Amino acid sequence: MASLAPTFGRGAMTNHWVDIKNADLVLIMGGNAAEAHPCGFKWVTEAKAHRKAKLIVVDPRFTRSAAVSDIYAPLRAGTDIAFLGGVINYLLSNDKIQHEYVKNYTDFSFLVKDEFTFNNGLFSGYSPEKRSYAKTSWGYQLGSDGYVVTDPTLKHPRCVYQLLKKHYSRYTPDMVSTICGTPKEDFLRVCETIAETAVPNKTMTIMYALGWTQHSQGSQMIRTGAMVQLLLGNIGVPGGGMNALRGHSNIQGLTDLGLLSNLLPGYLTLPGDNEQDYQNYLQARAFRPLRPGQMSYWQNYGKFFVSLMKSWYGAAATRENDWCYDWLPKLDKGYDILQVFENMHKGTVNGYICQGFNPLASAPCKVKVAGAMARLKFMVVIDPLATETSEFWQNHGEYNDVDPATIQTEVFRLPSTCFAEEDGSLVNSGRWLQWHWKAADPPGEAKSDQAIMAGIFLKLRELYQQDGGAFPDPILNLTWNYRQPESPSPEELAREFSGNAVTDIADPKEPGKNLFKVGQQLNGFAELRDDGSTACGCWLYSGAWSEKGNLMARRDNADPYGIGQTLNWAFSWPANRRILYNRASCDTSGKPFDPKRTLIYWNPVTGTWSGADVPDFNILSAPENGMGPFIMNPEGVARFFAVDKMAEGPFPEHYEPFESPLDVNPLHPQNSTARANPAARVFTDDWESFGTADQFPHVCTTYRLTEHFHFWTKHAALDAILQPEQFVEIGEELARELDVKAGDSVRVRSKRGFIVAAAVVTKRIRPLQIAGKTVHTVGVPIHWGFLGLTKNGYITNTLTPFVGDANTQTPEFKSFLVAIEKV
Amino acid sequence: MALQSLDIKRRSATTTPSPRVRATLEIAKLIDLSKCIGCKACQVACMEWNDLRDVVGTNKGVYDNPADLSARSWTVMRYAEVEPAPGRLEWLIRKDGCMHCSDPGCLKSCPAPGAIIQYNNGIVDFHQEACVGCGYCIIGCPFNIPRLSATDNKAYKCTLCSDRVAVGREPACAKACPTGAILFGSKEDLLEHSGGRIADLKERGYRNAGLYNPSGVGGTHVMYVLHHADRPELYSGLPRDPGISPLVVLWKEIAKTVMGIGLGAAIVGGIVHFLTQGPNEINEEEEETL
Repeated sequence: MASLAPTFGRGAMTNHWVDIKNADLVLIMGGNAAEAHPCGFKWVTEAKAHRKAKLIVVDPRFTRSAAVSDIYAPLRAGTDIAFLGGVINYLLSNDKIQHEYVKNYTDFSFLVKDEFTFNNGLFSGYSPEKRSYAKTSWGYQLGSDGYVVTDPTLKHPRCVYQLLKKHYSRYTPDMVSTICGTPKEDFLRVCETIAETAVPNKTMTIMYALGWTQHSQGSQMIRTGAMVQLLLGNIGVPGGGMNALRGHSNIQGLTDLGLLSNLLPGYLTLPGDNEQDYQNYLQARAFRPLRPGQMSYWQNYGKFFVSLMKSWYGAAATRENDWCYDWLPKLDKGYDILQVFENMHKGTVNGYICQGFNPLASAPCKVKVAGAMARLKFMVVIDPLATETSEFWQNHGEYNDVDPATIQTEVFRLPSTCFAEEDGSLVNSGRWLQWHWKAADPPGEAKSDQAIMAGIFLKLRELYQQDGGAFPDPILNLTWNYRQPESPSPEELAREFSGNAVTDIADPKEPGKNLFKVGQQLNGFAELRDDGSTACGCWLYSGAWSEKGNLMARRDNADPYGIGQTLNWAFSWPANRRILYNRASCDTSGKPFDPKRTLIYWNPVTGTWSGADVPDFNILSAPENGMGPFIMNPEGVARFFAVDKMAEGPFPEHYEPFESPLDVNPLHPQNSTARANPAARVFTDDWESFGTADQFPHVCTTYRLTEHFHFWTKHAALDAILQPEQFVEIGEELARELDVKAGDSVRVRSKRGFIVAAAVVTKRIRPLQIAGKTVHTVGVPIHWGFLGLTKNGYITNTLTPFVGDANTQTPEFKSFLVAIEKV
Repeated sequence: MALQSLDIKRRSATTTPSPRVRATLEIAKLIDLSKCIGCKACQVACMEWNDLRDVVGTNKGVYDNPADLSARSWTVMRYAEVEPAPGRLEWLIRKDGCMHCSDPGCLKSCPAPGAIIQYNNGIVDFHQEACVGCGYCIIGCPFNIPRLSATDNKAYKCTLCSDRVAVGREPACAKACPTGAILFGSKEDLLEHSGGRIADLKERGYRNAGLYNPSGVGGTHVMYVLHHADRPELYSGLPRDPGISPLVVLWKEIAKTVMGIGLGAAIVGGIVHFLTQGPNEINEEEEETL
């Protein structure tokens, strides 16, 4: 999300599951789709069977995905930017790029400020004390007309193309091999195969997941992949895309609805504490076009924001009070999970409501998380199961060796329903909002999450009404018009997200006639207004429940054009568009790059864009108007140069993981600041919790198995039977060194703790030659704990470091250091 | 599981002729190992449909779990890490279970009338109510599939979901397989389909790709598409040339024939003796001595 939006404009899977069948080449890297997404993986199988597609897997381990691949290349965990930077260098050096695409649909020709520099591993503006950048130099040269200056010849030394070429010229095949440990011939074979899709009628799709996200430079890994796809012209086309496979069935819905500390619904953002003024807040977000004739859709930010505030605060939100802008919290910093547990650990958080989350098992560095929880006065756990979190204070022998007498935290468990016990919608990776119906009544005293939250809210409101208190306005004025206030229905909430008319809305073309009558459901976000006449809980979902009814419940899988765009199946945000940026599937004259895979096209007779998909574009804008396909970006094109949108620089650069077997970054051996991500946040006390290669020589990576889902299915008999007991995976050579045979018990230690598990000795993990030394990988699946039907095990996150990605703070679960020994 | 709706072709230890009026389609399951990702959805579907719950085991240093077939695990995935050529690693994953042979060694060796039956559609099924628990089917099976239950001392194995197939449904494993690696249909159609899959694998460099439908057991109703059909043993010991054990052949065919001849000879001898010597008469003296 934090990488695709700075590149393309929106942070979501560009294509969707079914469309993967249209690919000629599938690259699985930073993920293991066959393992973690076996049902979605069927579309890879379809592409192979029906389009003769090839599958490349790049991974530290020979995975279940690799088992059915055509090409496998190993790499060291945490070095994906080096690998992909090498691919970019290969494509540019060998002229394997789609010229018409990059010239017209990316920022290749844009000129960058002269002050922007990159020296010795650091971009201009770095402050070592703050561990962050002043980003003023990370921008374009603007002309007197306010537009970016461009050089269509691409010869200007300050144009993005030239800067890009220079930046990645250092990523030679030898450098890739040194950093990643990938044999050079394997790397080149991958490059050659990827390069075949630079032609207009061949496409590659990239499928990735948490194998890219969970690094201290995870967002930039994803961005590097996105840049490869742009060079090849593989964005906005069928069978192409950057396909972020979400790790939970509704995690896309979570981010869409803004359940991150800095977000509001629909990727609107919370103000910072230096943004006390509404107009300033708005102006900083309603981007004006940076090139002539561009849509720059965020210009409508005010319409989305006002409609959101009308949805929340109804009549209390007025133009005079800036739509209750003052009631929104203003952030001094992000409150991601690492920050919150840091605060809890410091004793500045007293109470914690934990809903649908098992942080004792899911958050990094168990000793710190457990210590943080022990400092709470109270914790409320809302979950269908007894989780490790809810029982963190119990002694479970070696697996949770705590002394309950020393823990004073009061824990309340509120049993909730699970997905099969409730109606509602789930948003899948491909942005489809799919309605589902409950299959069974919940057991015992379990209540739906919205009933539990409603209960807490109504009680709080009652207390504020009775006793008053500091700043009661946002609580007392919150719209709560549900038929059963103590249990809002999923249908009511879905209608609220989709949006309706707050007043009658007159038709400007026909005086006396109304477009909408008060209370009517709207058709989509184009109808939202910033005058208070519309309410919409999440502008991206607008239209999901219109006057036509619940479009999320549609189950018509008709595919009239035969390329997998089933427009009457569920509802896809935005506006039921299935492939984002689909204007880019056509050339500048509006004709499809690949006529055999026509998605949309310009019809000069009707003067409209149409086709198999809903155009992600102004359907009336003729090609000669020059409007770019990336309508969310004020540039109208996709960005190689991410301007000021990323924490660690406009171009992705390889940095070592915080715990790395290398003392220096081979790209910047002289600069210790550029060893690990210089812009990643590290809490002061945590520096000492990082181990070094002399004590912890092996690279460790953690992951899921197909037999389980997180820490949940160990409570299910069938899954417990399939994968009953904790294990770790090591290569045969390391096993020989340790005198370990398959099934032996081993202890894996990091600086933060240890686990003991059975050893799976495998050919699928091989030693890598990294900068002249042999490096072994240790693989640790995550699924065990001290509750459930499986054999009890250690929590894997006992081992992992308390540091995250510089943009998202997603923890670095995928690459850290361990030692291992036989027990 | 007795199923009136499926015509029986053969029953163990029975000579009653089978019905031959209805035209029954010969069915099969084709398991395309080049599409299998080893997700074990087939194992779950099998456990759910057949109401089986094996024990929660341990990890023995491999992905395989349950570690082996049992009376409560009628199908298991077997994972083999092999290097068919130097430096070329392959992870060959095979769904193991009953092959439903045309010439079933289990049925041949079974002494219990009606405990093992073969339907006209090709499914070989165990009827546990008639099973005497002798374990001869285990000796008779060239694929080492049936398992005796410690609970009821009866033999169990995959039924090819004969109960589902009887009402026009595909086996549970085929329905659950997310990648379509398990196909179910008429054997003729699947043989044709396998040709296309094998051609695809050959294009991808698997020169010895082929179908596993071994003639030693008359062909099977569970067939595999293999990348390395020349070396089936790479797939966790899939037998290269399976056939019915010589012991079963000796016992059921030669010994039975010899016994039959012996029994017949005794009867014929008796009749001849009666005709030539007349009935055996006992006089009073002899009676007294008795």
